[in-house]
Parts: sequence; C-alpha cells; structure tokens
Amino acid sequence: MRHWLIALLLAVTGIFSSGLLARDAAPLAADEATEKRLVAIASELRCLVCQNESLSGSNAELANDLRREIRNLIDDGRSDAEIMEFMVSRYGDFVRYRPPLKGTTLLLWFGPGLLFVAGLGALVIYLRRRERALGDQRPLSADETRRAEALLHDQDAPPRP
Amino acid sequence: MNRFLWPLIGFGVLVVLLAVGLNLNPRDVPSPLVGKPAPAFALTRLDAPEQQFSPKEMLGKVWLLNVWASWCVSCRQEHPVLVELAKHQSVPLVGLNYKEVRGDGAIDSSKLDAATEKRMVIDRAVSWLARHGDPYTLSVLDIDGRVGIDYGVYGVPETYVIDKAGIIRMKHTGPLTPDIVAGKLLPLLAELNR
Repeated sequence: MRHWLIALLLAVTGIFSSGLLARDAAPLAADEATEKRLVAIASELRCLVCQNESLSGSNAELANDLRREIRNLIDDGRSDAEIMEFMVSRYGDFVRYRPPLKGTTLLLWFGPGLLFVAGLGALVIYLRRRERALGDQRPLSADETRRAEALLHDQDAPPRP
Repeated sequence: MNRFLWPLIGFGVLVVLLAVGLNLNPRDVPSPLVGKPAPAFALTRLDAPEQQFSPKEMLGKVWLLNVWASWCVSCRQEHPVLVELAKHQSVPLVGLNYKEVRGDGAIDSSKLDAATEKRMVIDRAVSWLARHGDPYTLSVLDIDGRVGIDYGVYGVPETYVIDKAGIIRMKHTGPLTPDIVAGKLLPLLAELNR
C-alpha cells in the first residue's frame, strides 16, 4: 500500500514538474488579422529543422524566430509575395511546400504524372496482348465439348468406392 | 522468363532509387546565397565588446564565416578541425556566435534583460573558447539570431566561404570534417586566392 502511494506521489510530481518546465505558448500578435495572415503564410512554408512539418505547426526554436520575423514583416506592411521572397532568398525553394515550376523542379512536378501515364500504358498493352492471345483460341469442336462436359460431370459424381 | 523480366527490371530500378535516396543527406539543402553577396551586418565583437565587426571590413580577402554556439553539440565535434585549420592556414576565420543564450533550451531567456543576456553570452562564449581552444580571428555575437536568419542558418554549425568581392562561394551545413576541409574547402580557398 505504502509503495503504491509513493509511486502515485512520484508520478503526480513528475507530471507537475514537467508542466513547469514546458514553455509558454508564443504570444499572439495583437490583432487577429495579422495572426490569420501569419498562419496562412506559415502553413505554406517548411520548417527547416524538422523538414516535414510546416512553419506554422512547428515548435522548433528556428520556427519561432521565423514566425516572429514574418509577423514583423506583416506589421511593416509587406505583401505576401514579398514575405515569400524574403524566405526564399534566405532558405531557397526548399522552404516552400509548393515549389515554383522551373528546370530543377520539372521532375518533381511532372514525375508522378509521367509514372501514372507509363503505368496506364503498360496496363493497356498488357490487356491488349491478353485479349489477342485469348482471341487466337478457336472454339471447341462438338467432340471436345462433350469430353469436357463428361469430365466436369465426373468430378461432380460422388467418389467411387 | 519474359513474364518475370519486366517486374524484375521494375524492382531493380526501385531498389536503385531507394538506395540513392537513402544515401542523400536531407540536411544538404542547396543555399540560394551561394553566388550572392554576403548579407551585411554590424555585430558586437566578442574580444572587444565596445567595437563592432562588419563583413565589409573583409573586402579584398578570402575569409570564412563559421556559425557556432556553446550549446551546439556538433560544434564541439567540429571544433578540433577548426583549431587545426587555424594552425596551418592563414585564412581569416570569423566566428558568428549564434543565439548563445536564447538557443540554449535549458535557459528561459524571456525573463532576462538585454544587458544581463549580453553579459551571459560573453561569459559563456569566452569560457567555451578558453576550454576548447579559440581558432577564430574574431567572433561576433548574434544574440537574437537575426543575422543568422539573413544567412539562412538552420542547423549550427554552418560555414561560409566568402571571396575577395564579398560573394558567398560555398556554404557547408553541419560539422566540417578533415575530409571536407582537405577535399573541398582548401582547394576552393586556393582557387579563390589565386
């Protein structure tokens, strides 16, 4: 019993102390419109530290800094395009979840489409070939049909002793 | 035979693609800054806090900018390589001390005032260099990480090679290794100094 109490106590203090260590949420910008734009822009951007998380969802230190930077740019009255440009000029196209269409990103944009077309082509060719192979077979003669039916009936019949 | 040939070829191609993909370093993001002028800044010098350093002082020289911090584990790993480099090369090596206090997750910097934070930054940076050796010609303090953002810093340590005209010629993200120094860095420095 006493062991259980100690364990419980430790667990509870553990939970509370970890709560104390957690940082406060980053402050929201004073006005809601700014915050909305910030979220819209930041969800288009990749967090470079975690790479598979967007800037708006990431809790990395750098993501916090970059959100603060974007907030400042919005307060300066910069347009969304200018803010994108600010980020891309520092971190490259990689920072954008929707990279621009250019030579190095052609495969990225059209690769899946090409794969789909190639797969579709392969399927069509396969189906045609199969159809042709099946078409080559002449229908059964009367004699063959009878034999085939006899075989089928034979299988249905109960096993002989 | 023919029945299995195409699936086998497809499988082979997939294996090759995956093998190549697994061997790529996802941290190796090409920097758009290569070929562009090094962003300007004026930051406090660690050795002389009443003075500032600005990249334009280095015009006419090929130099290195290395981003470091005492909380950065990979910087520890990289440090002997830099110390060795400084011993044998005359290339100026400027350290950009990046978010020394704010970047350290163990410190709640929101409660520190600017003067206290700056004092802490200097104390921590100086004692780290005293302990591990100081390969830097000089170091500057990027306390809030603003200059780091201008340089597209996202993973300390990072190293930039800047030429005589102030153009960034190479960026390396992650710790420098003896192989990278010998194979990439030194040949590039020799070429730029020609």
